[in-house]
Amino acid sequence: MADLTRPYDVLVIGGGNAALCAAVTAREAGASVLLLESAPKAFRGGNSRHTRNFRGMHQAPTKVLTGSYLEDEYWDDLHRVTGGITDEPLARMTIRVSAEMTPWMEACGVRFQPALSGTLSLSRTNAFFLGGGKALLNAYYATAERLGVDILYDAEVTNLLLDDGFVRAAEFNHRGFPARATARCVVAAAGGFQANLDWMRQYWGDAVDNFVIRGTPYAKGRVLKTLLDQGVAPVGDPTQFHAVALDARSPQFDGGISTRLDSVPFSVVLNREGKRFYDEGEDVWPKRYAIWGRLIAQQPGQIAYSICDAKAFSLFMPSVYPAMKADTLGELAHKLGIDAGQVEQVVADYNRAVQPGRFDSTGLDACRTEGLDPPKTHWARRIDEPPFYGYPLRPGITFTYLGVKVNENARVLMADGKPSANLFASGEIMAGNILGRGYLAGFGMTIGTVFGRIAGREAARTARN
Amino acid sequence: MGDMPQPTEAMTDARHDMEICNACRYCEGFCAVFPAMQLHRAFTDGDLNYLANLCHGCQGCFYACQYAPPHPWGINVPQAFAALRVESYAEHAWPRPMARLFTRNGTVVSLLTALAVALVLLIAGALQSPDVMLRAHTGPGAFFAVISYRAMVWTAGAVFMFALLAMAMSTASFWRASGGGAPSAAALARALHDAMTLRNLGGGGDGCNYPGEGFSHLRRWLHHAMAYGFLLCFASTSVATIYHHALGLVAPYDLLSVPVLLGTIGGILMLIGTIGLLWLKILADPAPAARAVLGGEYAMLILLAAVAKTGLLLLVFRATPAMGWLLAVHLGFVLALFLAAPYSKFIHGLFRTAALIRSHVERRGSAA
Repeated sequence: MADLTRPYDVLVIGGGNAALCAAVTAREAGASVLLLESAPKAFRGGNSRHTRNFRGMHQAPTKVLTGSYLEDEYWDDLHRVTGGITDEPLARMTIRVSAEMTPWMEACGVRFQPALSGTLSLSRTNAFFLGGGKALLNAYYATAERLGVDILYDAEVTNLLLDDGFVRAAEFNHRGFPARATARCVVAAAGGFQANLDWMRQYWGDAVDNFVIRGTPYAKGRVLKTLLDQGVAPVGDPTQFHAVALDARSPQFDGGISTRLDSVPFSVVLNREGKRFYDEGEDVWPKRYAIWGRLIAQQPGQIAYSICDAKAFSLFMPSVYPAMKADTLGELAHKLGIDAGQVEQVVADYNRAVQPGRFDSTGLDACRTEGLDPPKTHWARRIDEPPFYGYPLRPGITFTYLGVKVNENARVLMADGKPSANLFASGEIMAGNILGRGYLAGFGMTIGTVFGRIAGREAARTARN
Repeated sequence: MGDMPQPTEAMTDARHDMEICNACRYCEGFCAVFPAMQLHRAFTDGDLNYLANLCHGCQGCFYACQYAPPHPWGINVPQAFAALRVESYAEHAWPRPMARLFTRNGTVVSLLTALAVALVLLIAGALQSPDVMLRAHTGPGAFFAVISYRAMVWTAGAVFMFALLAMAMSTASFWRASGGGAPSAAALARALHDAMTLRNLGGGGDGCNYPGEGFSHLRRWLHHAMAYGFLLCFASTSVATIYHHALGLVAPYDLLSVPVLLGTIGGILMLIGTIGLLWLKILADPAPAARAVLGGEYAMLILLAAVAKTGLLLLVFRATPAMGWLLAVHLGFVLALFLAAPYSKFIHGLFRTAALIRSHVERRGSAA
């Protein structure tokens, strides 16, 4: 049972992957550990609950990864997606340490799918959790409980009392009642602020009411805010977030992975005014899905409509909500709530622009348009075979980039550049140090695991000295 | 055609779950259900009945699910499928009117058991004088002094043949509804292997999440004890039949004879298995369970335990005056088991095996 009258060696704030890795590591090192998770038990785990895999460097095939994935290739991938908005020494350190993680994860009860199963295109670079992120969290929580980490659910930290970079105490609400915890060291692993719509509104105005938050509703960013307000150095662009195209019918929070739609490359996508606005066939979907959230966020009403015909319908993953379906384009437009004449006109123009070519859904093919603006450069086939199918799309926010600055020991840095004496950070709250823009599948879990381990180790060491 | 039949609540729940699961697919590594699901974009009633019977109820997907209750989507595949399975047994029951026995199946099996035991006791009591029932009998033919060999063989034979026929008709109907066709020998062999090893209760090596969130192989081993124990008891009866007819050896047999050894080991295994499974069921997390079907499951486990226990008691006390009514009670439970078999949880083994065959056929793409 948690005992709030005594100081713990290590207080971990958060309940996702990064928090659990820190808590288990600190406890393994002999520290007494209290973990405060803001969600109730059923929704514990932050956004990790919706994750699926871990990107790991490896020299040779392992039980859970095929081929090899070396530091330079990994770094190149990261450098490309971030456009250089990263910290090379921290990033390379993360990449190197990622190679040592899976045996420790397995020792904590995390189970992986065997290599060569699952989403094949990623089996070389990414290890897939058997059952996904919630199964991984269950394993970590079971391990933490077995080792004697004290865990409080429904415990939202509202304030950290900082004194010249030294954390004196944490104030939190526990099941609606104010409480206070003290510890020799603190690990902040409480995620970003994407579920805090009022904060998002500062940058995006009322458009946020049309955003879908893919993950946990508990990522309010209160710990991030209290730290930045008290002189911790910020990192990352506060206005930016990672967003994908989602079914517009998704719940506002917590719809997770299954609300995504893969129909775009095999469709034309129109905005509310019935106009196309971007090349749907620019590249294979795994390389392009992440730009569509932003594209739709910039359209009027933050909504778009993906339209395809019968021959395209079976080419993408089934959707969680049934497609709108009609025998004519006009009827489909009516169902989607956009102007029928406009839709028929745009599709007719598109159909006329489609060039003959060999269609290949699995790679960059030769099917493209000619004389259309914007063009569709691959998988462009005439939309003429009823029934026609449509989906409404909205931007789905995965995470925000704003965070706290840390050094290679996961120690939080103050605005004057001095490291905090007893405050560490791991996970989404510091991921912006390394991933300042863009996204690499499974890399959030890698940052959380690597920095969780480092933060737990360093916090335990500092507390016990 | 008149009105389209409304889909049942279990069917609606199963379809809701599978449509969301098919857009998520995180559970693909757990068992045969999810790879089978991924071969579909939409789910007919027949598809869902098939997938429900492919599900072994390991509960791995429930604890791993990001959409499990209290998430508003409330995904609970083991619960939805457990409820749907029982509906599929009813849908394919033979003869058709027996379908209604699957509603309140716990009560039905319990009543049937009580009646069968009472009936055998009453008939034995009516046909035999109290003196015969309450006296010790020994030597060849001792059992038949209490219940005549003819009565035993004709009743047992008729009930057994009917149960076999009813179960075969049900399973064939289920097979046709799930797609029909003739499976390849390879698919049959793989399915049989999966059924006999309960591979799908392995959960990727660490066992299933039963009775709670932790991983355990206990349920699998207890089910093995029960199922193989039952098969050993069945083998014992078969050997005894051959002894009687082919070799002219009349029961009771020596303690070290083949029928008694098979029956004793089988009975002990059945007793361990059924009591263990009952114990796990009492401990089990109610969240992924389907309440409505629990009664039928308890009733069948208790009936199997009663068959095993009375069989073993009969062996222990066969030379005492208790033998007469112990034999009648044991035969009453056995009669109840075979009468109930086509209309109870007992049928799941056949539907499950048929579903496993279908999954191997589909995976190989060797049948339409």
